[in-house]
Amino acid sequence: MHVKKGDWVKVHRVIFTPDQRAPQVPEDTKKVPLEMWVKGFAQQEAELGETIEILTITGRREHGAVVEIEPTYTHSYGNFIPELLQIGIQLREILYGGDQDER
Amino acid sequence: MKDKSYGAVMARKNEIMKQAIGIDYAIFENEGLGFDYERMMRETGYTLEEMQDIQGRTGVGNTPILEMKNLTALARKLAPEGKGARIFIKDEAANPSGSFKARRAANAVYHAKKLGYKGVIAATSGNYGAAVASQAAMHGLKCIIVQETYDSRGVGQPEIVEKARACEAYGAEVLQLTVGPELFYEFLLLLEETGYFNASLYTPFGIAGVETLGYELAVQMREKYGKDPDVVVCTNAGGGNLTGTARGLIKAGAVDVNIVAASVDLSGLHMASDTHFNKKSFTTGHTGFGLPFTTMPDRSDVPRSAARPMRYLDRYVTVTQGEVFYMTEALAQLEGLEKGPAGNTALVAAFSIAQEMDADQMIVVQETEYTGAGKHIQPQLSFARDNGIDIHFGDPNTQIPGENIVLPKHPSLIKAVDLDLVKIKKSVIKNAVSGLTDVAITQEDLDYLAIESKTDTAFVKEALKELGIL
Repeated sequence: MHVKKGDWVKVHRVIFTPDQRAPQVPEDTKKVPLEMWVKGFAQQEAELGETIEILTITGRREHGAVVEIEPTYTHSYGNFIPELLQIGIQLREILYGGDQDER
Repeated sequence: MKDKSYGAVMARKNEIMKQAIGIDYAIFENEGLGFDYERMMRETGYTLEEMQDIQGRTGVGNTPILEMKNLTALARKLAPEGKGARIFIKDEAANPSGSFKARRAANAVYHAKKLGYKGVIAATSGNYGAAVASQAAMHGLKCIIVQETYDSRGVGQPEIVEKARACEAYGAEVLQLTVGPELFYEFLLLLEETGYFNASLYTPFGIAGVETLGYELAVQMREKYGKDPDVVVCTNAGGGNLTGTARGLIKAGAVDVNIVAASVDLSGLHMASDTHFNKKSFTTGHTGFGLPFTTMPDRSDVPRSAARPMRYLDRYVTVTQGEVFYMTEALAQLEGLEKGPAGNTALVAAFSIAQEMDADQMIVVQETEYTGAGKHIQPQLSFARDNGIDIHFGDPNTQIPGENIVLPKHPSLIKAVDLDLVKIKKSVIKNAVSGLTDVAITQEDLDYLAIESKTDTAFVKEALKELGIL
């Protein structure tokens, strides 16, 4: 994928490699780098994965490897959770059960 | 070119903070180990009337109080005869940006604008980010939010990803990081680079911003029901919600209200652990923040935190993740109100505590929060299931945070669990004196510690003796 100058992109950069991490970091976290993602306008042409400079929405210059062009929100309402359906049924039964059928 | 190494930036912390907040905290320090909290609040904050005015101008505050008649009826079915207090919620989701955090942000951003800052920065993965971004948009300031969003696999908590979207919707720049306390380092670097205002959650103006909530609550209850509520329950994480609410209640003269803190029990999960990060199904309102911030308030991003919940709370309970998800569904099904889960932590506690109270008493949950994609029981449970968390109906007290989520198989199993307040109060004292060697404890110190722990000097002396200090 080709990045054009001015494209809205998301870049990624390692802030600290594992050996640079803060002393108080727990063991498992110390094994992995501290990574950062930020969005902005590409300041140069590039290919996906190449490190470029961007201008963020507040006008800051940042740099990092392009991981996404025109980044999209993909969070959602998740998958169906069948248990949730049961809660309302049970609660209505406890509160109103027996009153619903007047025959 | 300044040294950007971790050690060098952290060493410049106080200098950066002074620039970025405009408060010289040193002038409030006492001779001994304490500081003059009330003087700090008075001299750097705003009066209640000023805050109401500032917030009112951006449509913040004056949220309705709603009676939970059906949840109350349910609680009474489960409670002994004559028990089951009336349950109310203050619908803070009605604020711009969808949570009570708008109150904190309104004051912080107003203050930044007044002092001439061009922008604001906040380190938050919570609702506060959207609140600051929304207020910055209203005041024409730039805004940067720094979030802890992903684990080392690049998997983000859906709740936090949604909060990033909200911030961006208001025109903010969102800087997202993987797990780790070095977020604070990145935050300091940004403050230094931009010269923006630190819209910390823990400044006097931020906390004072919540005082309007407590004040309004008391006034509304008196107007509508003729008296103060008996109990107010606050979801507790960083402590600002409870502190501000309690101070507002006191300012309204509602001094006899019992203040209860409620946090989601995440015992056993480490907040800075990469592998634990996505094993939790709540990113705020939990004990992972609640207990450290309650027992050591000055661990925050300012030299002296204005959020000091132990000065005010009368009781501290935990509830489980499964109970909060269940109650969030119950709120939708029985009251017709769909709200975000984290804000319903206090509602679980209230549902349980109401059953201990007399039927003519009143208990108020002082917040709700917005809900939406990612920040909703279904995606949060779906995410948990995807991360190997076992979700089933059962007895919530069999839960193990990070391994399972136990939805109560019957509402009678919903029980707030009391934390040992004596132990917490002793921790407050222990943390306040930690690191201090060969310091003679003065009467002023004893008085300070008594206020900090909401005890008396006899209790403080006893605690210090146990620590081998007196």
